[in-house]
Amino acid sequence: MALITRGFGGSRGARDSRLPPGQTRVEDWPVLTAGATPEVDPSVWEFTVITENGEAARWSWDAFRALGMEEFTVDIHCVTHWSRLGMSWRGVPLDRVFAQVETSYDYVMVHSHGGYTTNVPLAELLDGRAWIAFEADGAPLEPEHGGPARLVVPHLYFWKSAKWVTGLKMMARDEPGFWEERGYHLHGDPWTEERYS
Amino acid sequence: MNLHAAWYVATVSSMKPETPTARRIVLDVPGWPGNAAGQHVDIRLTAENGYQASRSYSLASSSDASSIELAVDRVPSGEVSPFLVDELMVGDQFEVRGPLGGWFVWRPGEQSGRPVQLIAGGSGIVPLASMVRAHRAASDASTFRLLYAVRTPDDVFFCDELAREQTDTGTGRVRVDYVFSRRAPAEAKRPAGRLTRAILAELVVPPEMNPLVYICGSTPFVEQVLDWLKGLGHDVDDVRAERFGGA
Repeated sequence: MALITRGFGGSRGARDSRLPPGQTRVEDWPVLTAGATPEVDPSVWEFTVITENGEAARWSWDAFRALGMEEFTVDIHCVTHWSRLGMSWRGVPLDRVFAQVETSYDYVMVHSHGGYTTNVPLAELLDGRAWIAFEADGAPLEPEHGGPARLVVPHLYFWKSAKWVTGLKMMARDEPGFWEERGYHLHGDPWTEERYS
Repeated sequence: MNLHAAWYVATVSSMKPETPTARRIVLDVPGWPGNAAGQHVDIRLTAENGYQASRSYSLASSSDASSIELAVDRVPSGEVSPFLVDELMVGDQFEVRGPLGGWFVWRPGEQSGRPVQLIAGGSGIVPLASMVRAHRAASDASTFRLLYAVRTPDDVFFCDELAREQTDTGTGRVRVDYVFSRRAPAEAKRPAGRLTRAILAELVVPPEMNPLVYICGSTPFVEQVLDWLKGLGHDVDDVRAERFGGA
């Protein structure tokens, strides 16, 4: 039984079943970044995948987008307790990336401009559950939201959805990325509140 | 860095008005492992009908003691902050989880010799004031400067403590510069007005001194300051920023 706080009323009607525990719905889109917002020029943008055999694939901006963009509508959940529901996006599903990559490793380190990293099991990036997104809410992604391209893994807390993504590096074992080394959960499932280690 | 964040029961031990819209809340948290300056906590309130609400708040305190301090500004449309600012009473209890965050932190001696520039927008002062306090408590000799952009003198958090830094003549004093956007006190050096690139250039540790910069404020404030710092020649790659949205 949780501790009751005297006088706290809360609850305005029924709770939205799409909200994981500890989350509050927002209509705006807060920005959380550990440092500065980088400027990334699409003309020099590249996306690479590195496996146990070295560099397995490298795409330019046009070549990567030509893998095939699709629209998807998902809920996003930030570990700082806000969620946005029914957000529309456009991007390349990672299934199409991994259709061209051979690897026996099961874990992925996601890399971004500025040195940010985050770890995700490969299986959780497949089966239509993760994308490299280029548009949100019907417009190109703003730099402060990770534009021109970010990972979107909506079934994990949103720090896993790395902004300004540059590529993926396969790993034999699950190893922590930037926030995971600083007290945040290695996995990050919002429905079981895997917030902190 | 290995941080383990656990849940604790917090009991309100004292409170005082911080500004007309904000309140300082001191919590007794038995078993609290201590925290570094700049870290935050999650708090969880539970209503009698089982409804729960969770929010993150920066800690104004940093020590090994089992007492922690929050300084909470009322977000008028909010669900949690009006309760904390207007209705919470001494003796009330709620849950806290922490300490959280391992990046937006300052620890005495960790970046030895490197000057520190703190830049606060509004209630973004809280984690930065915690760093000022930690710097004083440790008698740390590194150069510390705080630029505090705030609407009016009435909105200044930690007013007395920051004033004490100004009057102190010791080597460990923190230089505090206020930029009042709407109303400045009569004795202010510059009239009220928003922070500009020129004022920023005048008041922050210059790029040649390679300062470690911490910025906390609203998203537009932080983005603007970062953009200006970059233009002024600061290496912004290791700037530590914390932004708050409307949530």
